[in-house]
Amino acid sequence: MALTRDQIAMRVAQELQDGYYVNLGIGIPTLVANYIPEGMEVMLQSENGLLGMGEFPTEETIDPDLINAGKQTVTAVTGAAYFSSAESFAMIRGGHVDLTVLGAFEVDQEGNIASWMIPGKLVKGMGGAMDLVAGAENIIVTMTHANKHGVSKILKKCTLPLTGAGCIKRVITELAFMEIKDGAFHLLERAPGVSVEEIQALTEADLVIPEHVPEMKV
Amino acid sequence: MSGFNKVVTSYEEALAGFTDNMTVMVGGFGLCGIPEGLIEQVNKLGSTGLTAISNNAGVDGFGLGKWLEKRQISTMIGSYVGENELFEKLLLSGEMEVILTPQGTLAEKIRAGGAGIPAFFTATGYGTDVANGKETREIDGRHYVLEPSLTADFALVKAWKADTMGNLIFRKTAMNFNPMMATAGKITVAEVEEIVEPGELDPNYIHTPGIYVQRVIKGQFEKRIEQRTVKPSHQES
Repeated sequence: MALTRDQIAMRVAQELQDGYYVNLGIGIPTLVANYIPEGMEVMLQSENGLLGMGEFPTEETIDPDLINAGKQTVTAVTGAAYFSSAESFAMIRGGHVDLTVLGAFEVDQEGNIASWMIPGKLVKGMGGAMDLVAGAENIIVTMTHANKHGVSKILKKCTLPLTGAGCIKRVITELAFMEIKDGAFHLLERAPGVSVEEIQALTEADLVIPEHVPEMKV
Repeated sequence: MSGFNKVVTSYEEALAGFTDNMTVMVGGFGLCGIPEGLIEQVNKLGSTGLTAISNNAGVDGFGLGKWLEKRQISTMIGSYVGENELFEKLLLSGEMEVILTPQGTLAEKIRAGGAGIPAFFTATGYGTDVANGKETREIDGRHYVLEPSLTADFALVKAWKADTMGNLIFRKTAMNFNPMMATAGKITVAEVEEIVEPGELDPNYIHTPGIYVQRVIKGQFEKRIEQRTVKPSHQES
């Protein structure tokens, strides 16, 4: 079975480490916050100027001056800090954030990522994504493996305008956990019950398949 | 009162000298930390041909969304269009020039502008459309793009508290782009929730020193929320 959005987030959460500063993008990445392993301390960075993002507020504690990068009302945890956008991106660009998780429209086997516009159709703007992919050493992309017509988004070469070039190393989809190296995707894990053939069929990129591909534990 | 009293009492005074075709920075991230009354006043003035520098362009009918409706902006420099339908329409139709800029690069362009640095190299955007036509350089094996800094005729910022000398303190994530913009405007106008006497703000905790601020006005803020997300007040046990 293909993973649900929450299961993708659960698999990402297994990559967290105690003491990590983490930036989570909008969408599936945001859900990762719900699956931080018990006993592990992680500080969430929100690029609009908050280190130590907490859960959603109650109706009584809601504060319009306290939002996350998705413009949702949030809270701050004990030990949090507020700062300007310039300071925030100094953290990001300077490589101080331990892990970045973000979504994408397409990724390719050269480590390129496209996530901010579809020419003539949709322009979301890159927001902080270009800075995040350029600044972070450790990035996980979460995305669907193919579009709803079965057209692969795991490509030899991205077709959409890029967000970053040669910066992506790890991708988790509803079907597979893959690593990009030496100009190819390498299949590390498959979703429970999903066959290597199914993954291969929906992957346009070169895919290196080891003899044994373990199932994800989610 | 001394020559350091920056307080003005009307929006007309706050925006005296604001004309068509000016470059104007507007603080805020989404609708959080925007100078609502100053935005309203520019809308009322009806100035056109503006180059607006702001991370977002408000929402339909609020914030900079009102400038879009009146077609006051000819060039928009920002990082995110998001769910603003009119912004996306004006961009796709080419009716408004839009220079989409990575958020961190935008913040640094403004910081650099205010700090007298004309341009800087950043890895952000290298190998993407953002780098088109720009000088690039390899430094220690990594590729960088030369990004020119930004300044403005007016910077309209929102702070929590000011003293009459223009020292500013921001609150929580309503800080965002406001401190850098305050440094990068020829005339910086701060719209604030509370104005106090000099000495009432602890100098240790001033975010923006008054040297950057020319005018201070006390505003009224609606503080509209874009994404109201809450958890239940009483968890069932």
